[in-house]
Amino acid sequence: MRALAWHGKHDVRVDTVDDPEIVNPRDAIIKVTSTAICGSDLHLYDGYIPTMKAGDILGHEFMGEVVETGPESTLKKGQRVVVPFTISCGSCYHCGKQQYSACDNGNPADNQDIAQELYGQPMSGLFGYSHMTGGYAGGQAEYVRVPFSDVGPIVVPDGVEDDKVLFLSDILPTGWQAAEYAEIEPGDTVAVWGCGPVGLFSVQSAFLMGAERVIAIDHFPHRLELAKKFGAETINFEETKTYEALMEMTGGIGPDAVIDAVGLEAHGFFVDNVIDQIKASLFLGTDRPHSIRQAIIACRKGGRVSMPAVYGGFVDKFPLGAFMEKGLTLKTGQTHVQRYLPGLLNAIMEGKIDTTFLISHRLPLSQGPDGYRMFHDKQNEVTKIVLKPDMDRVAT
Amino acid sequence: MTDAGDDAPLSTKKDGHSSQDAASLGLEARGGDLLARSVTINRPKAELYRFWRDFSNLPKIMDNIVRIDVIDQQTSHWVVKGPGGKEVEWDATITQDLPDEAIAWASKDASDISNSGRIEFRDAGLRGTVVTATILYDAPAGLVGKAIAKLSQREPGIQARRDLRRFKQLMETGEIATNARTRKQHEEEMA
Ligand SMILES: NC(=O)c1ccc[n+]([C@@H]2O[C@H](COP(=O)([O-])OP(=O)(O)OC[C@H]3O[C@@H](n4cnc5c(N)ncnc54)[C@H](O)[C@@H]3O)[C@@H](O)[C@H]2O)c1
Ligand SMILES: [Zn+2]
Ligand SMILES: [Zn+2]
Repeated sequence: MRALAWHGKHDVRVDTVDDPEIVNPRDAIIKVTSTAICGSDLHLYDGYIPTMKAGDILGHEFMGEVVETGPESTLKKGQRVVVPFTISCGSCYHCGKQQYSACDNGNPADNQDIAQELYGQPMSGLFGYSHMTGGYAGGQAEYVRVPFSDVGPIVVPDGVEDDKVLFLSDILPTGWQAAEYAEIEPGDTVAVWGCGPVGLFSVQSAFLMGAERVIAIDHFPHRLELAKKFGAETINFEETKTYEALMEMTGGIGPDAVIDAVGLEAHGFFVDNVIDQIKASLFLGTDRPHSIRQAIIACRKGGRVSMPAVYGGFVDKFPLGAFMEKGLTLKTGQTHVQRYLPGLLNAIMEGKIDTTFLISHRLPLSQGPDGYRMFHDKQNEVTKIVLKPDMDRVAT
Repeated sequence: MTDAGDDAPLSTKKDGHSSQDAASLGLEARGGDLLARSVTINRPKAELYRFWRDFSNLPKIMDNIVRIDVIDQQTSHWVVKGPGGKEVEWDATITQDLPDEAIAWASKDASDISNSGRIEFRDAGLRGTVVTATILYDAPAGLVGKAIAKLSQREPGIQARRDLRRFKQLMETGEIATNARTRKQHEEEMA
């Protein structure tokens, strides 16, 4: 089969590799019909995530048709499923508490060592996201082996287009969890840093959870425009002083809850950020946490900080004093995708949530390397790229 | 026991321990290094004990064991991957068997590879069972002896932790997680 493989920084190729097979009893093989490139994939593309190996198959947002099942899978051939990016067993203590991304068993035993050393305890496996999170082949491919297929994938009804449900695999539940973690109360103002897919779904979810106002922050006019469509007020941080604007827009109080949907590659020329970039390029520290600093400083006293954005290592100048003195709380983590799937699928079916607005480009899988380049270089216009292996199948 | 005033397990002491400590832990004195690792498994302790009591099951979860032949109720013969592709073998006897609670074993006196081990199962209520493996060995060694560590170049504590994770995976999920994409890759990994 053909698959997009990582070969180094800014080097993604279409490789031909052996088709996946059923290896364990609970496996299923999925023939991929749609797969998206995620902001998290850009961290891999830019070489920020350690433990990638040349030839690793990328992709953790995908859906498709079940073509083969292991003896313990509950899926049936021909079913259409969306697959969560977290690989969770469904039977450990954490899965029992619906903390799926903390699953004890999704990550192979030998792959858990690095996270155990770095983080204290290892997290679940993830598709296509370095060897630290399992070394599993990802979904930017014609076929994928899906472990624990009896607990992860959600079956979607026939007749619903892929584009409507694909984002259940990651970014929709991620935006939803981010808003849930913001513990929104009636009358609240929520500020969201980053209007990428995660930020935009956070904006949408925050309104659905009863936020009175949402203020969205980015520097790409088109992305800010999308936030505005959901009813958000916007701040372009290239034109405006973010902290000053937030204070004025909230009557000197600060937002009740802040959401960091930017992550370790924050853009912009802020003094602290430039120092971080120099350090990152010298490998002294890998994370550039400008947005989380700003969010903590802006947040009102006693407010909530929600951080869906991904960080991997250590950061400097974390405003621990502000965080403590103001009595803030922080909730974060990889999304417990499986927890939100039934509810969000329902909301999509009932027309309460639309996700298709986000897709700016649909490309054949074979043009994946171009897709990575575009998503990386032209973030204003390119909001989300969906790769369709069938567009190649038709062409050949 | 050391005189340390706190309640932490012996294996976590900065100052190490003496070989007399073995007795207090229910192990035969074999080798000067002590290692213990715990894991919590979401299954009843009787089930975990049953799996472990049949030593021929252990190669499924322990990377470096080729096979264990069960000779009789007390005796087993261990075949382990050694340095340079050679296999290392020894006989072990069960030195303690407390049904559903604990099993201890030790290499027979004449063995080249001296080691002893004990596995304990403690009820942990809603969380299942706390499983603690304690190993005595001559450094450097793994869960089953020094030859193993030489070959794999792995710190014995890491090896033991990996083996216990596989035990947990098999008991909780019915399979051992693998990232192999094909059965061929999987076989190569297992070899
Ligand atoms: N927690 C999870 O499970 C999970 C899941 C998916 C993605 N993520 C993470 O969420 C983050 C966002 O993902 P995405 O797909 O939306 O990425 P993206 O790269 O498309 O979007 C990030 C946006 O942040 C904006 N930005 C950059 N610097 C900024 C700053 N200083 N202030 C305000 N905005 C700024 C960028 O212009 C961009 O629009 C990433 O870190 C990603 O890894 C986490
Ligand atoms: Zn993603
Ligand atoms: Zn689990």
